Amino acid sequence: MSQQTIEQLKPQVKTAIVDLLYRLADDHLILGHRNSEWTGLGPILEADIAFSSMAQDKMGHALAFYRLLQQLGEPDPDTNAFLRSGDQYRCCSLVCLERGDWAQSVVRHFLFDEATRIRFEALEQSRYEPLAQVARKLRGELKYHTMHGQMNLDKLGDATEESHQRMQDALDRLFPHAMGVFEPTEWDETLAAEGIQPREAELCKTWRSQVADMCAESGLTMPDDVGPIYGGRAGKHPEDLKKLLDDMQKVYRLDPDSEW
Amino acid sequence: MPSDADQMIEQRTSDTDRVWTALENVKDPEIPLISVVELGVIPEVRIEDGRVTVRMCPTFAGCPALDVMREDIRKAILAEGFGAVQVDVVFDPPWSTDRITPEGRRKLKEFGLAPPAKCNGSVTGDMLDQVVCPYCDSDRTTLESIFGPTLCRAIHYCNSCRQSFEQFKPV
Repeated sequence: MSQQTIEQLKPQVKTAIVDLLYRLADDHLILGHRNSEWTGLGPILEADIAFSSMAQDKMGHALAFYRLLQQLGEPDPDTNAFLRSGDQYRCCSLVCLERGDWAQSVVRHFLFDEATRIRFEALEQSRYEPLAQVARKLRGELKYHTMHGQMNLDKLGDATEESHQRMQDALDRLFPHAMGVFEPTEWDETLAAEGIQPREAELCKTWRSQVADMCAESGLTMPDDVGPIYGGRAGKHPEDLKKLLDDMQKVYRLDPDSEW
Repeated sequence: MPSDADQMIEQRTSDTDRVWTALENVKDPEIPLISVVELGVIPEVRIEDGRVTVRMCPTFAGCPALDVMREDIRKAILAEGFGAVQVDVVFDPPWSTDRITPEGRRKLKEFGLAPPAKCNGSVTGDMLDQVVCPYCDSDRTTLESIFGPTLCRAIHYCNSCRQSFEQFKPV
């Protein structure tokens, strides 16, 4: 099977790839920012360091995707991160939500990183070679995030009655948002037909079955009769994102031409 | 008498050697004992018409030392008298701790960091549980945290010499 380079892309395929890259980049940037909100506030030092490190990793991964966008003629990473309004973002609602209690942050991190692992495993085979290279590069780093997520799901899932209840509540609340990670877009078919990424529904199916097993092993029950919350991939976000962007973009917008 | 072609090849080889020697003096800003060559982040150096192109594969994608290393590399090669230097950040080959040279691993230990186990692109829990203390060489150690003070380090505790230590974690 031949691989595609930037020069060979048909316009429609390029548009589909750009859309996919914005979804990936924006998810990582916004979750990175959310993770960083635990810096200095984590319940114990190791938890604080873990969320701060994962925040930094997610920012790095976002940057890798924004750089791929730049190679395709989109604005530079800083412009994309700091000068777009909420409706221009393509992130899912899961990453937008306010951090909530510790259980919600841990469950979100677990659900998102398992989804990312499954997506990256598929992207490693992508016929869009620059994206496949990034997926291969980030695999080792992501492994530490999934290890941490699974470890904490195990620990808190059945540590005490309260920890179990909080984790189950978080899972019930966040699961429809997590299914929204796999919101299909109008580019789904093009991306699948061109061998760039499998259909969202296919990725979602793999994720659901693996996550259900992991939840069960941790004494938690994955809700199976709820529908997904969609909208993020079309630019429709919960109010939480606006507040996050106001905060994240504030300094940059004071003087966008500054040299940092 | 060597032919012109032979002379050109010889010249090119010695230029390439000069670049690699310059790179051996560029250190990781977070671990100043180890050079970018020992760290395994330079897969290739090319010289064409006096222009040097260095390919560099970043360690961790979010590592803040990356830009510093890139600039240090550029300066070190310019200081060797080359007219133009370009440092391309590439993801192919993907960097892995398996790329760290034997000398680099020795220096990590000297710096007080347990070197990473060879992982062939796939880290397992055992690689993080079974780590030898860089201070006393004991294997009676416990993993404390898979995240540490920088993106590339995990935190362990040695039950023999009773000190915390850091490991350059395998990726």
